[in-house]
Amino acid sequence: MTMNDAAGTRARILGRLTAAPRRSLPAEPPPGTPVWAPPRHGAARFTRFRAMLEAARAEVHEVTVDDWPQTLRSLLIGKGVSRLLYAPDTAIGRRLAALPGAAEPPTLIPYDRPVEELKPVLVNGVDAALTTARCGIADTGSLVLWPTPEEPRLMSLLPPLHAVLIEETALTDSLSDTIAAQGWAGAMPANLLMVSGPSKTADIEQTLAYGVHGPRELIVLVIRS
Amino acid sequence: MTADVRRCDFAVKARNALQDPKLRANFRRAMDGLMAKRATQFTDPEEWRALRARGAEARVRALAKLPELLERLESRCTANGITVHWAETTAEANTIVLSILQEAGARRVIKGKSMVSEEMHLNANLAAHGIIAVESDLGEYIIQLAGEAPSHIVMPCIHKNRSEIAALFAWKIPGQPYTENVDDLTAAARRVLRGEFAGADAGISGVNFAVAETGTLVLIENEGNGRLSTTLPPLHIAVTGIEKVLEKLEDVPPLLSLLPRSATGQPITTYVNMISAPRRPQEKDGPQAVHLVLLDNGRSRVYADPELRDTLRCIRCAACMNHCPVYTRVGGHSYSFTYPGPIGKILTPQIEGLDCAGDQPHASSLCGACAEVCPVEIPIPKLLVRLRAEAVEPLSGAVRGGGSARSLIESWGWRGSTLVFTSPLLYGVVARLGGWFGNLMPGWLPIINRWTSVRTKPHFAPKSLHRLAREKGYDHE
Repeated sequence: MTMNDAAGTRARILGRLTAAPRRSLPAEPPPGTPVWAPPRHGAARFTRFRAMLEAARAEVHEVTVDDWPQTLRSLLIGKGVSRLLYAPDTAIGRRLAALPGAAEPPTLIPYDRPVEELKPVLVNGVDAALTTARCGIADTGSLVLWPTPEEPRLMSLLPPLHAVLIEETALTDSLSDTIAAQGWAGAMPANLLMVSGPSKTADIEQTLAYGVHGPRELIVLVIRS
Repeated sequence: MTADVRRCDFAVKARNALQDPKLRANFRRAMDGLMAKRATQFTDPEEWRALRARGAEARVRALAKLPELLERLESRCTANGITVHWAETTAEANTIVLSILQEAGARRVIKGKSMVSEEMHLNANLAAHGIIAVESDLGEYIIQLAGEAPSHIVMPCIHKNRSEIAALFAWKIPGQPYTENVDDLTAAARRVLRGEFAGADAGISGVNFAVAETGTLVLIENEGNGRLSTTLPPLHIAVTGIEKVLEKLEDVPPLLSLLPRSATGQPITTYVNMISAPRRPQEKDGPQAVHLVLLDNGRSRVYADPELRDTLRCIRCAACMNHCPVYTRVGGHSYSFTYPGPIGKILTPQIEGLDCAGDQPHASSLCGACAEVCPVEIPIPKLLVRLRAEAVEPLSGAVRGGGSARSLIESWGWRGSTLVFTSPLLYGVVARLGGWFGNLMPGWLPIINRWTSVRTKPHFAPKSLHRLAREKGYDHE
């Protein structure tokens, strides 16, 4: 298709839309319709966050700033994880690598090269990955992941187990509030993700099955304040 | 597959479906399950009304500003590094996708679930040019193995039960034993598709919402196949209808709450994937190039009529079909085209033409369940009635094939009945004639037999109610 054709197509589509009768902007909702406001959870925020995630079959563990690496390690060993994908250039990555006994299993596999050079390892060669979450939404039990060059997108997707570290202070009530409060509209990353449980499907007779393409297990470590 | 061979065959297909007890059981069980799950989500009527009003407002506003928003979406996406293409027809969209793939030298494509790509018959078109497209949504993968089309827009293989799927996998997947264990079947699909993801030269996906304000494509799913298709291969092509645009990022949360709750009764899908750009410098993964194909395919024609425009509000949750007494009994394949159920009954005749799919607006009892559950308040029954009227007496000329169902006998018949019902004298005469001869009229007479073929012929009383009342001494009032 030539550029001219493409420009013509665009002009014809927009032309038809512009020529259509204008309809005034939505009338007010019918009288008596309640006004929607994003849900608020107040003091129950953490409880809600935890309950929603657990209902989606995620594991939630309360940890402290000091003990999370140990808690994580014993959880992973308990699940038979032998190779853990981690982000070596992040604060938590450095913490993991500096841990006494870091040479013992699970072996740390750094995501330190472009995916093209690491594909076989990422696709089939790791058992778990650890990432951070930028915030957590209590209303739906969702983790907001904001991938960076240091902490790439596929970490939360390819390994069969995904562990996430989040501070309790990063919990918010609703997506609506979060978008507004954090000014997302002016700062969208190349890829923003919300994760609300392990990968699942109900395509066969509406029977739930986990880990169809993404992680089969989601472990959330919340650093309590 | 051309439209011509599929025109107006709903009645035949529906009759066959009604006689298939397995199909009916599969749909009944699935629809009952989906309705029950949705019901658990909207237990607070105040919240439902408020949320729904907000969702409808966002969609109506987006449509009111559609041309401006499409231009804004295009400029924001372009600024973010996403290449935007426009296609008037599905043929044009196929050509665009093909040329992007050919330019990149892509031979194998992995696909996330996309109804627009079904509308385009994209897989067949790519195959004709030697490009293999593999579906990765479990339901889509199953029906691709079976060589079938989706029968539901959210749950594409809902017409199949586990023993059918077990047999299909044992037959089609090398080394796969027959098992009805859903976990094992799922694991088999994961194993096969992992390899496909890793080897794919490109990923193709649909779009749930395209945000004009930020140039963001929002995709929702539970499996992770959509994320893989849009993250692992070096090239990502998203295809979407032009109506999917939203004005602002803040319009996403209410619709993101309505969509999965209405569709599958989940508070949110496992993954919400917001794509605003290809891989940025220093990033280690993500596609190096992202393309967005905006498909019209008749939507701008639908848009031209201010009433029928409401068809385009749809966010494809499928709640209307899950609650439709007709869809539940005949299944998705009876509708022949990509979008079945109530939303299909108003969308398909407008896209394909009333002369091609004009029987669909009649496949409804107008019970109104669809409108009651629609999360964006599309007045589906009203639009069904409008399309029925368009088929015989076009109001605006906006609908393709308008007037195609006009029949001389029928219009005379209606004119005659108008006369009878507006003239007391004529009414009296006809009522008497009916009482005397009505029961002698055989049910197989033309026109009458369209009623009597599926219903009992009414019994005419010897005396009209009018006369009985007068004989009992009641007067006019």
